Formats: sequence, C-alpha cells, structure tokens
Amino acid sequence: MYRVAAIGDRDSIYGFAAVGIEIFPTDSSDEAGRLLHRLSINDYAVIYITEELASSIEDVLDEYKDRAVPIIVPIPGLSGNTGMGMKSVSKSVERAVGSDIIS
Amino acid sequence: MAIINVNPTRMELTNLKRRLVTARRGHRLLKDKRDELMRRFLELVRENKSLRRQVEESIRGANAHMAISRSLMQREVLDVALLSPKQHMEIDVEQDNVMSVMIPKFKTKFSSSNENDIYFYGYAFTSGDLDTAVKGFHDILPEMLRLAEVEKSCQLMAAEIEKTRRRVNALEHVMIPQYEETIRFITMKLDESERSATTRLMKIKDKMLAEAHNYAV
Repeated sequence: MYRVAAIGDRDSIYGFAAVGIEIFPTDSSDEAGRLLHRLSINDYAVIYITEELASSIEDVLDEYKDRAVPIIVPIPGLSGNTGMGMKSVSKSVERAVGSDIIS
Repeated sequence: MAIINVNPTRMELTNLKRRLVTARRGHRLLKDKRDELMRRFLELVRENKSLRRQVEESIRGANAHMAISRSLMQREVLDVALLSPKQHMEIDVEQDNVMSVMIPKFKTKFSSSNENDIYFYGYAFTSGDLDTAVKGFHDILPEMLRLAEVEKSCQLMAAEIEKTRRRVNALEHVMIPQYEETIRFITMKLDESERSATTRLMKIKDKMLAEAHNYAV
C-alpha cells in the first residue's frame, strides 16, 4: 500500500492534512530534496509539491521523471501559480512531438 | 551512404537480404507503435491540460479560504486544529500496459468511510473559512489523483515516443539504406566476377582450339 504526501511551505499544504494527505512542511530547497528522497524510498506513490519549491529543485525532479513511482505533481501554493505545472506538461509534449503543438 | 564492410560472397548476400527483411518489418511495426502511442499521448495530454487547469483553479480557491481562516485564527489554534487528522488515504498502484509503456492506475482507500471525517477538528475555535477550504480540498481530491496518474502517464509516454521515434528514424535512414546499398554492392561484385569468369573461359577455349587445330588466333 502506498501513501500520498505533500511538500511545501506550511501555509500552502496544511489544508491537505484534513483529506488524508500526509504533509511535510519545509521552506528550503535542500530540505525538500532530502525529503523527496526519503519519501521515495518509503512507499509514497504520489507527492504533491508546491510549484514554488518545485521550480527550485527542478534537476532533482527530473531524476524521478522516468520512474513509475513516486509521481511528483507540482501544485500551486498559497503564493500563487507560477505556471510551472503547465510548463512541465508542455515540456513532455515537446519531448514527444518535437514542438509544443497543444498550447 | 556507406556500405557495411563485408566480404562480397553469396552467403553474406543471403544473410543481408534476410536482415533487410527483418529491418523492414521492424520498421513497419515500430512506426505503427509510434503512431498509436502518439494518438494516445495526445489524448492524454489534452486531458492532462484541462485537469491541471481545473485542479489549479480549485486549489487556488481553497487556498484563498485557507488564507482567510489563517488570518482570522490564531496560529496555534489552527495548528492544533489540524494536528491529528482522522482521515488517512492509502492508494494501490497498479500498472497498465499501453504499447509497452507501464502507466500507473490508482485504487484509493480511505481509512474512514464517513465523508464528514474531513472535519475532524472542534468547530468552537475555528473559522468557517477553514471548513470551506477543507471542503474545497476534499472536492478536488479525485481530480488531483487523476492528475497524478495522467501526468505520469504523459511523461512516461513522452519518453517512450522519443525512444521509438529514434529507432524508427535509425532504421529508416541508416540501417535500411545501408543494407540496400551493401546488397547492391555485393550483387554487382558477384555479377562482375561471373562475367570475368565467363570471359576467362571463352579465352581459354579459344586458346585450346588454336592449339588443337594449329592456327593463330
């Protein structure tokens, strides 16, 4: 059985605790990278991470891209939407097709 | 296009012809695989985009309520309220094989079936906006999980499409022309040596006839 986690600044992810997602509040990108690694070997299948934090550790996220689990999904935080999630979708389109044909 | 460095023998020729047939068949199969993958990928990506838009919208809404509740309540009170949630979620990840790409499929299980368990805190000291925020998160949860599924599938498929496309191109533009070229080269070489053998025989015949009948050629 896998679990679901959320990483991000406290205020952004606190609400997820109520619906059954385990929360791991952090502000620093180093800490987030370590957390990701720990969660990935501890049976967390889905990890939601705030876009703000995700964009600071993009190279770490790329390591998990070709693996089946964990699935790392950027979500907008309290501070707003950076458009990083959408950009990553466009990136995979670009990877597959050669150029972003769905925009 | 460079030819492969082989001995121009009949055996090599048969081998090469066989490999060419295999390469052509592989090329056709891979091309079909690529096209089908692409079709599914584009479907998924469209779903991915609309899901993401929806999820981001809802989270933003819920977050707004969260911000209000945070400003209305003392930090400690809110922290205590959300300290020990009743609801726990577990998911089972199954893998679905789509054109040799293993895409994830979730089965969600909640520790408590009572939907109201998402409001696990006391209402006396919490703001109503917290309830709205939690409800917002709860409502978008299925979409969020689906988004995780779809987004991962898209990433995995994109990687597979890239790989398949490279293979198709390598077969189409390198391997198959190379085989064809080499086969032509060997055929010409063999024809050439056959012709030279024939002329040599004719020459020898002439010489033998000349010797037998004593006349100059």
